Amino acid sequence: MSIDQSKIRNFCIIAHIDHGKSTLADRIIEKTGLLTSREMQAQVLDNMDLERERGITIKSQAIRTVYKAQDGEEYILNLIDTPGHVDFNYEVSRSLAACDGAILVVDAAQGIEAQTLANVYLALDHDLDVLPVINKIDLPSADPDRVVNEIEDVIGIEAEDAPRISAKTGLNIEEVLEQIVTKIPSPVGDPLAPLSALVFDSIYDSYKGVIVFIRIKNGTIRSGTQIKMMATGATANVVEVGYFGAGQFIPCDELSAGMVGYVTASIKNVKDTSVGDTMTDVQNPCSEPLPGYKKVNSMVYCGLYPADGSKYPDLRDALEKLQLNDASLSYEPETSIALGFGFRCGFLGLLHLEIIQERLEREYNLDLVTTAPSVIYKVYKCDDSMIELTNPSNLPDPSEIQYMEEPVVNAEIMVTSEFIGAIMELCQERRGVYLGMDYIDGTRALIKYELPLNEIIYDFFDALKSRSRGYASFDYELKGYERSELVKLDILINKEEVDALSFIVHSETAYERARKMCEKLKDEIPRHLFEIPIQAAIGSKVIARETVKAMRKDVLAKCYGGDITRKKKLLEKQKEGKKRMRQVGNVDIPQSAFMSVLKLDQD
Amino acid sequence: MNKTKSMGMYIHIPFCMTKCKYCDFLSFPCDEPTKRIYVDSLKREILAWGNIYGLGGENRNISTIFIGGGTPSYLDSNLIFEIMKCVRNNFYIDENAEITIECNPGTLNLLKLSDFKSCGINRLSIGLQSANDNELKAIGRIHSFTQFKESFLDARTAGFDNINIDLMTALPYQTLDSLSNTLDTVIELNPEHISAYSLILEEHTPLYDYINLGHANILPDENIDREMYYLTKEKLLSAGYERYEISNYSKPNYASRHNLSYWNRTDYLGVGLGASSFIDNVRYKNEENISAYLLLLDKNFDDNHDGNVSKLKREITTLNLNDSMEEFMFLGLRKESGISISEFSRSFNKDIFDVYGNVLDKYSKMNLLNINNGNIKLTAAGFDVSNTIFCDFLLD
Repeated sequence: MSIDQSKIRNFCIIAHIDHGKSTLADRIIEKTGLLTSREMQAQVLDNMDLERERGITIKSQAIRTVYKAQDGEEYILNLIDTPGHVDFNYEVSRSLAACDGAILVVDAAQGIEAQTLANVYLALDHDLDVLPVINKIDLPSADPDRVVNEIEDVIGIEAEDAPRISAKTGLNIEEVLEQIVTKIPSPVGDPLAPLSALVFDSIYDSYKGVIVFIRIKNGTIRSGTQIKMMATGATANVVEVGYFGAGQFIPCDELSAGMVGYVTASIKNVKDTSVGDTMTDVQNPCSEPLPGYKKVNSMVYCGLYPADGSKYPDLRDALEKLQLNDASLSYEPETSIALGFGFRCGFLGLLHLEIIQERLEREYNLDLVTTAPSVIYKVYKCDDSMIELTNPSNLPDPSEIQYMEEPVVNAEIMVTSEFIGAIMELCQERRGVYLGMDYIDGTRALIKYELPLNEIIYDFFDALKSRSRGYASFDYELKGYERSELVKLDILINKEEVDALSFIVHSETAYERARKMCEKLKDEIPRHLFEIPIQAAIGSKVIARETVKAMRKDVLAKCYGGDITRKKKLLEKQKEGKKRMRQVGNVDIPQSAFMSVLKLDQD
Repeated sequence: MNKTKSMGMYIHIPFCMTKCKYCDFLSFPCDEPTKRIYVDSLKREILAWGNIYGLGGENRNISTIFIGGGTPSYLDSNLIFEIMKCVRNNFYIDENAEITIECNPGTLNLLKLSDFKSCGINRLSIGLQSANDNELKAIGRIHSFTQFKESFLDARTAGFDNINIDLMTALPYQTLDSLSNTLDTVIELNPEHISAYSLILEEHTPLYDYINLGHANILPDENIDREMYYLTKEKLLSAGYERYEISNYSKPNYASRHNLSYWNRTDYLGVGLGASSFIDNVRYKNEENISAYLLLLDKNFDDNHDGNVSKLKREITTLNLNDSMEEFMFLGLRKESGISISEFSRSFNKDIFDVYGNVLDKYSKMNLLNINNGNIKLTAAGFDVSNTIFCDFLLD
């Protein structure tokens, strides 16, 4: 049984967040009859609870459906849904590598946003044909003509024929399907050539083990094929091949050139399958690995510690499993005097950090203490060596440092003209360097700034949204490293330095941050039987101080009718609360205090 | 029959005219028929326990009785009379037994008080809380100070010579001046016993919600709260009262024996809705749902009086050695007299320093606790933060 390549279309959907990718994906699945509308759970492809709750796509998801086109032929559509948030660009990029075309969804009311551009450029980089679709034309504020002009002017792709749809109501979905068939090219590749398949994702399933998602470029794979991963060198026997049904894996006999599907094999170690690697046939290997795609590097680091120290091995296992389908997550063990054994983890951005943290807590039932996020600083030492610093507490003594560099990004912020002033003010506050501004049309502008990454990882996105009443959109890419006057702020609680609370700031903002940090910690740390000084210091110089006063009263009221059990429960609860805190010296610090630095600008 | 063991009895009356704004105890307003049905059920329960611990069983010596609530004096005196008669018919009550009823001004008159006296009750505990009418209003009390004073004088007239007055500190709008005035006023009345609790905001109470809606400013701050506590102590001590427990003061020899039995961990039987018991090293609580309570007593008791009262028991906990040692410490240290080191070893066959050496050392170094003459007690500063200290006596 072989499938005619010309009847296959591999494509993904790209869009700015909230422009309707996942809803369109759902409509396509519904229209092609894979599921009846009664069986549809809203947003089939967002199958993590977290995705449904937050209304965002985090993981790329793949699905295969069959469409009977107007030419009377049946086509296999392999659809890959992609995330829209700036933190998840790498997911988009790996999905693109598995596709031959991309549907670009643009909101008919909002028009092009920062992430629309970023995603289109990614798609064009991969030589994909981009098929624009104007969504949400049922909105009263929809202005599809304007959006068509925007697409043509700003992106420079033909949009006159773009289907004007409402993914929500199902209007004109048929037109999208027809254009997928007529405008997106069918895959090329020789099913008889030596096997080369691009690994674009993998997940861990407790029944099937590691499930590898592949796009076959050449050759054919079936159960029994002895495969080799070209980068890691690992070999294994294929147990099962198949394609993606709605929320399930459907086994089939073989996958051949041009097809998208999954493979399970006798792969023992999850680390043997790395995303971006090329899978080939041991008996008949291909000569060269596929180009793969750019490995994305972590930009934000923080320490993750189990609240209960004995859960350290569980945290390690959970991170290993999460990393399997999230190549951008990195981690290595570290220890903290205050927090014990944990991991220094690398993320693409703060949202990514939050998502991983939430997934660890929910899916793996772990209770975590997270330290303040940091970027990677380059520290040039007096002996001319350089270290990349991901944990502020590892900063060498200032006397050993020549100078330091911090990462800066090129940021593009799209905003309606009334908020330009407010956004520019925000960027100035965050040490931004103004690069320029382009007007998209009469009412919207694309503002360009160079910003230090450590100024945007904390709460920049929130600040941006609040100062533009939610209208500003934002994208950035790493520009490089620049020399900067940075200092490490140490926090001393009851005269003892708490390593997990140290952070690096620009010298000009050090005093302000130190003051706010001490105030915040004063609120976070409960009263003890003695007075607790909280100090912020640069080196040995204390630059801010607060005091947690000694507790004056902690008395239980009357014991009514001899209910001693209730009294004991109260004491137990109090003791339990104390246990959940971290002990530094003789001070109990609540776990939330370690994230305090994140909230300095909130009051 | 030998009367080797004695025990206390707590009788719960879960009714009150209106619920005070700070109260999270098991009490609620009710109608007359409900009172009648409840007392009938209570009598059936007392009768059944009588067959186990009373005249029909172990024949324990009842050394104290405390009728608490709610507001027991909200019941007509004939109902109280029936309850007391029922206890007498089924238990041996010690001749010197301390028998207390809790009362609220606004539910009392001379006749009722005389009735209480005539059914054997010899101690009253009257809830005043404050002598300032604005403060009373702020916490939802149904009475004024004048009404209280009338009730107090009526009680004396009726012959009560052992009266407790409940006071509260850290009340909304309360100041050091107003508290000072309350204390002076109360001292002048010369009651035998005074309880002074500082207000604890309990969740699910109207006052708690109100405070959390941004009205924290009506409460005295923590420093004032402490000063109120010290003022209370100072004034009462100089007026001839002794402090025998964190919040309880009495004239010499008028400490409440029932109250002390809780801290001394002697046996007591709780009867009535949600009442707590501690008997033979087991703690439990009665059913707390009124309908369920009434139903259980209705179904399970018959004219043969052999119903199964154990069906009322909830949250039954048999104390193990650790539980008992913990309680010994965190209950015993509430008393001014503290705990006896030799009593600890007698009771548990262990050296107290082997079990609690670290904690005792830590807090005596902090001057929160004194170890002296075979006795361990909290210092004044220790009483202020007693909860924090007690937590450390819980064993892992």
